[in-house]
Amino acid sequence: MITQAILARLDLRGRLFLGAILAALILVPVLNLVVPSGSPLHVPTWLVSLLGKYLCYAILALALDLVWGYCGILSLGHGAFFALGGYAMGMYLMRQIGTRGVYGHPVLPDFMVFLNWKELPWFWYGFDMFPFALLMVFLAPGILAFVFGWFAFRSRVTGVYLSIITQALTYALMLAFFRNDMGFGGNNGLTDFKDIAGFPVQAQGTRVALFALTLIALAGCYILARAIVTSKAGKVLVAIRDAESRTRFLGFRVERYKLFVFTLSAMMAGLAGALYVPQVGIINPSEFAPGNSIEVVIWVAVGGRGTLVGAAIGAVLVNFAKTTFTTGALAPYWLFALGALFVLTTLYMPKGVIGTYAEWREKRREKASLAAHAASKPAE
Amino acid sequence: MNLPVTSFLLYLDGVSVAFDGFRAINSLALTILPGEMRAIIGPNGAGKTTMMDIITGKTKPDTGDVLFNGSVDLTRLDEAAIANLGIGRKFQKPTVFDMHSVEDNLRLALKADRRVFTTLFWKDNESEREKINRILATIRLEHLREASAANLSHGQKQWLEIGMLLAQDPKLLLVDEPVAGMTDAETEATAHLLKEIAKDHSVIVVEHDMAFVRELGVKVTVLHEGSVLAEGPLDTVSADPRVIEVYLGR
Repeated sequence: MITQAILARLDLRGRLFLGAILAALILVPVLNLVVPSGSPLHVPTWLVSLLGKYLCYAILALALDLVWGYCGILSLGHGAFFALGGYAMGMYLMRQIGTRGVYGHPVLPDFMVFLNWKELPWFWYGFDMFPFALLMVFLAPGILAFVFGWFAFRSRVTGVYLSIITQALTYALMLAFFRNDMGFGGNNGLTDFKDIAGFPVQAQGTRVALFALTLIALAGCYILARAIVTSKAGKVLVAIRDAESRTRFLGFRVERYKLFVFTLSAMMAGLAGALYVPQVGIINPSEFAPGNSIEVVIWVAVGGRGTLVGAAIGAVLVNFAKTTFTTGALAPYWLFALGALFVLTTLYMPKGVIGTYAEWREKRREKASLAAHAASKPAE
Repeated sequence: MNLPVTSFLLYLDGVSVAFDGFRAINSLALTILPGEMRAIIGPNGAGKTTMMDIITGKTKPDTGDVLFNGSVDLTRLDEAAIANLGIGRKFQKPTVFDMHSVEDNLRLALKADRRVFTTLFWKDNESEREKINRILATIRLEHLREASAANLSHGQKQWLEIGMLLAQDPKLLLVDEPVAGMTDAETEATAHLLKEIAKDHSVIVVEHDMAFVRELGVKVTVLHEGSVLAEGPLDTVSADPRVIEVYLGR
């Protein structure tokens, strides 16, 4: 019933995408857990976690595409929501360490003992409970996005100005989180995690489970985003993107639509961050770096803005390239390559990989139908 | 409870607005009766578009009263609120949603609950489809229902925008230069369409095209330097020496 309702909303591209996710959901765990490590088909655990990291980025890219591709809000601060979700998860993981920390304090994380703090700050309360931490994964970025969006959209800040203040937002948060007395571990951030929901973080089984959860989250976020953009509200979002004041004169409260989609997108980014932290094993203020948020924009642009699937694919492609590049002799040139990629995409493939491919196929189909039409006519 | 203070559908009095010291609108007074159709003419810079901006909430007047439906103070409301009260606007340059199909353009305009969540969970239904079909027939775009609005000709875009106004089903329609860039045949058809609409809506038409205004055959208001210069039937107005001097004579 529900499956049918979901499939009805998907185009061929979406079905292929979900099919690929399902295939990875079965294949990767089997190739890691069942296939012996000597076999050439074996997927090592480090690779599972690396793929999991790419998938977290894919969720983040999907979240950005929802606001940028469909509503024209070019957020250059989505890394902040990602990092906030990550910190919420990181705080939970820190509280799980318990007496196993270097200082063995039953409640205080190591960095607080090191700073000579005597008791837990109030905002760390509750993070020992997984459900509470999970709630904060969504609430922390969600509330920030809601408050920020409330002021920005109501004052009708748009375009470049909005992009710049989102950059300022993430930069300000980075500076704040760098400070030791903020209580989030300063520039070392949060690390040295032991358990997640009772399972050891480093264990092979946990890593595979986290990878699978990330895949499921990506599929869930995709289905949700797709449901939104194909609804009537999705059409309003596109209308706002293309002719904001016209939409207003039709009686739509543009700021509320923006606020809705921006807040939802921030929560998706938060979820991505929360899945990222246990897989990479650390969260620190550099996740708030303005450059990170700009990179997300590049992923979406490369994959194809306003296509959802393209954003996810772009994130995986660019990050795969980044890993390949930065682990070899080409490492010093990665940023040049990334910059060139963005420039070339903007100039020659403004619709990204997915959009350009769809266009090419459309053209070929048209040509074929024209040819068929000409052939069916009798020669004169 | 606001008691109606006037029986006019739209009541403007003593309205002034200045941009950087330039008085775009200067103690303007204008009243529209329910069910009335009014043509507004005037040379470039007479304040026609600014007047529409004030009525639709895009511009706030410095002074003056703008009342709708006898009691609603439009100067306190924003664009969306005014649109939902029942004031629809067609722009000078046709602005339709290019990425959407003709049908979706109308669907977005169709009078409905505009809140985020009701729109999110909106479902296609028979009565809406019927209304859209009727409008498509009126604006003669039935054959282009699925076409993307970007591919319409200029005249078709104008018509689609008028169709979107109809879909909104407003009490008052503000129509800015509906026949700009249209062929003679299209102009005539548009005049016919507007007269049809005026049967059960109040309409304000801003237009430069005198033949078109004559075709409409309604009361005319001449704007000049932000205030009303003359008002009355076209023939009387166009015989007024002051009007001839500022506008028609040139």
